[in-house]
Amino acid sequence: MTQIPHISRAIPDRLESPLATALKSWEMLLIVVAIAIFIANSLASPYFLNPWSLSDATFNFTEKAIIALAMAMVIISGEIDLSVASIIALASTAMGFALQFGADAPTLAAIGILVGIACGAFNGLLVSGLGLPSIVVTIGTMSLFRGISYIVLGDQAFRGYPRDFAWFGQGYVWWVVSFEIVLFLALAIVFYVLLHRTNFGRAVFAIGNNPLAAQFSGIRIRRVKFVLFVLTGLTAGIASVLLTARLGSTRPSIASGWELEIVTMVVLGGVSILGGSGSIAGVVIAAFIMGLVTFGLGLLNVPGIVMSIFVGVMLIVVIALPVVARRLRERRAV
Amino acid sequence: MSLLKRLIATTALTAAMFTLAAPAQAQTRIALVVKSLGNGFFEAANAGAREAAEELGDVEIIYTGPTEPTAEAQIEVINSLIAQQVDAIAISANDPDALVPALQRAMDRGITVISWDSGVAPEGRAMHLNPSSNELIGNTIIRLAADHLPDGGQVAILSATATATNQNIWIDEARKVLPNYPGIELVTVVYGDDLADKSYREAQGLMQTYPDLDAIIAPTTVGIVAAAQAVTDAGKIGEINVTGLALPSEMAGHVHSGASQSFAIWNPIDLGYSAAYIAHALATGAAVAEPGATISIGRVGEITIGENGEAAMSDPFTYDASNVDEFKSIF
Repeated sequence: MTQIPHISRAIPDRLESPLATALKSWEMLLIVVAIAIFIANSLASPYFLNPWSLSDATFNFTEKAIIALAMAMVIISGEIDLSVASIIALASTAMGFALQFGADAPTLAAIGILVGIACGAFNGLLVSGLGLPSIVVTIGTMSLFRGISYIVLGDQAFRGYPRDFAWFGQGYVWWVVSFEIVLFLALAIVFYVLLHRTNFGRAVFAIGNNPLAAQFSGIRIRRVKFVLFVLTGLTAGIASVLLTARLGSTRPSIASGWELEIVTMVVLGGVSILGGSGSIAGVVIAAFIMGLVTFGLGLLNVPGIVMSIFVGVMLIVVIALPVVARRLRERRAV
Repeated sequence: MSLLKRLIATTALTAAMFTLAAPAQAQTRIALVVKSLGNGFFEAANAGAREAAEELGDVEIIYTGPTEPTAEAQIEVINSLIAQQVDAIAISANDPDALVPALQRAMDRGITVISWDSGVAPEGRAMHLNPSSNELIGNTIIRLAADHLPDGGQVAILSATATATNQNIWIDEARKVLPNYPGIELVTVVYGDDLADKSYREAQGLMQTYPDLDAIIAPTTVGIVAAAQAVTDAGKIGEINVTGLALPSEMAGHVHSGASQSFAIWNPIDLGYSAAYIAHALATGAAVAEPGATISIGRVGEITIGENGEAAMSDPFTYDASNVDEFKSIF
């Protein structure tokens, strides 16, 4: 008879029910915050609870949120892509250039998306092909992609996009439901399945947690990372189509500063900036939280700098809360 | 435990924060949207708009704008103003084209939209208010020199580059009004290329070539500062008056030293004041924005809307020793 090994820790009689686990999860915390902000907004401004207002509010963040879906996967894999806003600029410039030759709406959209994919593939080649650190590569391509836009456009703008192209960024599918928000929610489902329900998604988590172990498990790290950068390029291309259609024009300064807002969204969504953990649901809720907060504060005409402070504090509090809670629990356990 | 408590606490806290800032209602709510907050020029425009609101009565000015001077950020501001159902939006645009769809939506929802300072393309606004016009600027730069030359004299223009569109138009307009100022002789136009050192050398050259020169007119902020410095260094303060278009912050010292008697540029207070007056007139239906229409703008006078839906506010505002200190901290 083999001896039973000594167990130092108590093993619980049963694991917590799935419901209890869900209630304690990050996503639940975010939902609570989102509901709180929603209630606060409706109390604070008589203009908030209006279907058209709420619909308008979604335009402010959907393009960023679409990129955040792919950015979440890149960050979970332990990499980062800071060139996304510049990809928007380059893709938009390409569409404006094609417009000069009379391209129609579907062609323009296809060009924007293809340029996005090409930019993402370029990043992917540098990161996985040459093994360069993604933060360095994408800081470089951030300047490169936008630089090309500046060379093409200078202080000029492409304008005169056709009416049916504007629909991508300004159109409504049904009543107040915009094409942008429908596309975002559809892509969120696609990315949810990709990250949480496929082998590819498991590989992304494995790489982010322990690249060496992932490699020894037979995961083709380079290929996975290449695909991830192509995906961010793709979403940046899609966002470029939407934003260009919404603005009805292209300037090289388009979407400047968005990369950090997108990373903020992802981190707020509970994705570890060190890689290895996170969920698409969290990112989606975080996108809505950021949209609700900025729109709510905007309705009260709170100056933009106060808004930035609010979002910054919210980010720190939400990130710090679980850490503090864990510390307290550990202290109690000792 | 914690979930419900946390929910209640967060809600209460956020709600308290928000309700403290709840806006007061007024009859006519005019949003003054600027390129970015924290800019002295726009703060001054806001002060002017508030002055107008007090005169008009029952007007609330919502002074707002993004932190970053980008079109996307300004669109977020516009969206929130549309949701608040403001009566009018008066905007200094970060981008003439990208704001058009958002502003068109505002107009579709019954909001009066005008642009001021930095314009929006015609399809995105009812009218645009320019601080001045080429004719008025051309006349002003000659008048500034003539004011201090009652017996006439020689003046020279120190411009930016020979191809600078704005300056060339203003100089053409200045030449047209010269006959109105008898005794004023425009001896030459030189180009300092908007470079401080080249402008300085050109000003030195003017003083050597024309020993009887009485005034140097520089319709460029770089040129006027360089010319004032050149006159100071040559010890010709009191002999040669440097004037033109400049920023109060850059010229205050030269005004006090006497190198410059006076200069001109738009007055941001008047600009905000006039924008509020026009927005109020259009939003209340007291005026219609169509070519040929005239709108009263209080103490500044009145404007006439031109063919392209644009209007000029007034002559550039003259700054001298009496008021330059008040404005030098603004812009």
